[in-house]
Amino acid sequence: MDLVTPEIGLIFWTTISFLVLLFILGKFAWKPILNSVNEREEGIRKALNEADKARQEMQDLKSDNEKILKEARVERDLLLKEARDIKNSMIEEAKEEAKNQANKIIEQAKTSIENEKLAAISEIKNQVADLSLNIAEKVVKGELSDKDKQLKLVEQLLGEVKLQ
Amino acid sequence: MIAKKTIRKTLLALLLFIPFFGILSAQEHQEETSKETKEKEDFNIAEMILHHIGDSHNFHILDWKGHPVSIPLPVILWTDNGLVTFMSSEFHHDEEGKVVVEKKGQKFALFHGKIYYANDTPNEDGIYVTLDKESHPANKKVLNFSITRNVFSMFLSMIVLILLFGAMAKSYKKSEKNLPSGIAKFIEPIIIFVRDEIAIPNIGEKHYARYMPFLLTIFFFIWLNNIFGIIPFFPFGSNLSGNIAFTGALALITFIITLFSSKKSYWSHMLWMPGVPVYMKIFLAPIELMGMFIKPIALMIRLFANITAGHVIVLALVGLIFILGTAWVSPASVLFTAFISIIEVLVIAIQAYIFTMLSALYFGQALEEEH
Amino acid sequence: MNELHFGAFAAIGAGLASIGGGIGIGKIGGAAMEAMARQPEMQGKLQGSAIVLIAFIEAIALFAVVVSFLAMSK
Repeated sequence: MDLVTPEIGLIFWTTISFLVLLFILGKFAWKPILNSVNEREEGIRKALNEADKARQEMQDLKSDNEKILKEARVERDLLLKEARDIKNSMIEEAKEEAKNQANKIIEQAKTSIENEKLAAISEIKNQVADLSLNIAEKVVKGELSDKDKQLKLVEQLLGEVKLQ
Repeated sequence: MIAKKTIRKTLLALLLFIPFFGILSAQEHQEETSKETKEKEDFNIAEMILHHIGDSHNFHILDWKGHPVSIPLPVILWTDNGLVTFMSSEFHHDEEGKVVVEKKGQKFALFHGKIYYANDTPNEDGIYVTLDKESHPANKKVLNFSITRNVFSMFLSMIVLILLFGAMAKSYKKSEKNLPSGIAKFIEPIIIFVRDEIAIPNIGEKHYARYMPFLLTIFFFIWLNNIFGIIPFFPFGSNLSGNIAFTGALALITFIITLFSSKKSYWSHMLWMPGVPVYMKIFLAPIELMGMFIKPIALMIRLFANITAGHVIVLALVGLIFILGTAWVSPASVLFTAFISIIEVLVIAIQAYIFTMLSALYFGQALEEEH
Repeated sequence: MNELHFGAFAAIGAGLASIGGGIGIGKIGGAAMEAMARQPEMQGKLQGSAIVLIAFIEAIALFAVVVSFLAMSK
């Protein structure tokens, strides 16, 4: 039947036409078109990648900033703390100094008082000796008759004089 | 899409009977009318359909006051005496072998679309070819390389494709950032579809680029010729992609490319299937070998039969008016024709897609590496 | 009359082929729809492979049609 028997002429022309078409389109159409499409897709991919990278960098920058800020804050806190410590220690030192000074002064006062006291005591002793001599003189003068009386008196007098 | 396809298939199943039904009824009709009135011209729907979906040597545009208006096409013959060329108008619209053209001392007659070496004298009906009992000509056929209606249509589609894609390629060059403009905006998604849905999944990332020009060319070539086929007026309307020679040539090219791109694994899977027992290997080898040839044949027949079936249905629906002999059926006929035509728009695109898809699938199979 | 007989047989053959093809395509279509309903995200892939499978089945029916064309011409 005509319908299912291929004609040699049409086979010939189809083959020729298709090959010519394949050659012409392959060279002048598909190559530039596919290249353009591929290039554009490559470009889009690249642009997207770059945008991603930029976003990442932005993120990094932001986190860096935050880190720096945090560090600064920590540093500031540290400085403040140090200052406070220094202040405290200075006060402490000053107090210590003052106390020492005071102690020293007190000590000095004490020693001087002691000295004064010793001096006073020695003075008193001298005075007592003088006084006793005087008394003794008087007693001797008044009561030199009775030896016992004299002694008794001396003892009595001595007992009366309390040394502190 | 698939639902539509199913609807189409069921309709096709129903409507496939119509041409055959047409043959029967037309014959009965013929007998009746010939008995009643001899003057009334016989209407044979099978002949009408076959004439319309067949090839011809001149491009018939319309009939004007009983005279056919057509464009003559060049006839190119390879005869015993070498190349012979003349215009088909020299046959004077004769298809019955009643007009003889004499060139280089040889006589040619056109009988039912084919050119034969003519006899020196006509028979009693004035026909210059000898007919056997079944009215098939007994004369020798001439090797015919004429620019027929189909070849003309094919050249037209070639010109359109080259202009279209040339313009598209140029539009990319014009824009700096490779952006599509104008017509390219419409075609680029199709090209990307062919690449991403047909080439890459079937052939693979590694080799697909080599086959892209072929796949794109065959897809658009088939599609455009299918579209030309369903446009009913001049200069379109040739049933080129529904011609078995056309689909056969394309399937042959696919087959040859498959063979040339085949790797060792392809042949080992065909001739000595690994991983099965020896008796299965012997059993499978002829089946696989046959499959190798059946694949392109199926490719050829699928496209041919689908497109031809579409044309046959449309012609049969129009022919209903003449079969039933009344104009009252024409609204239904026109409505059905419009409906089928709309479905055909879908079918021709799907057929182009399937041809390309299966070609890619076969290339992918041929390229498969040992794994 | 002879031609009529062959034509009738061819028509019956074509009809039988269409029945077979119709059943096959119907099954594929149904299964594809079901699969798509289950996994709508796979729709593109399912559609593509369903069309290809339909093409394979259709080829068998078309073979039969061509054979009946050939038979009719005898």
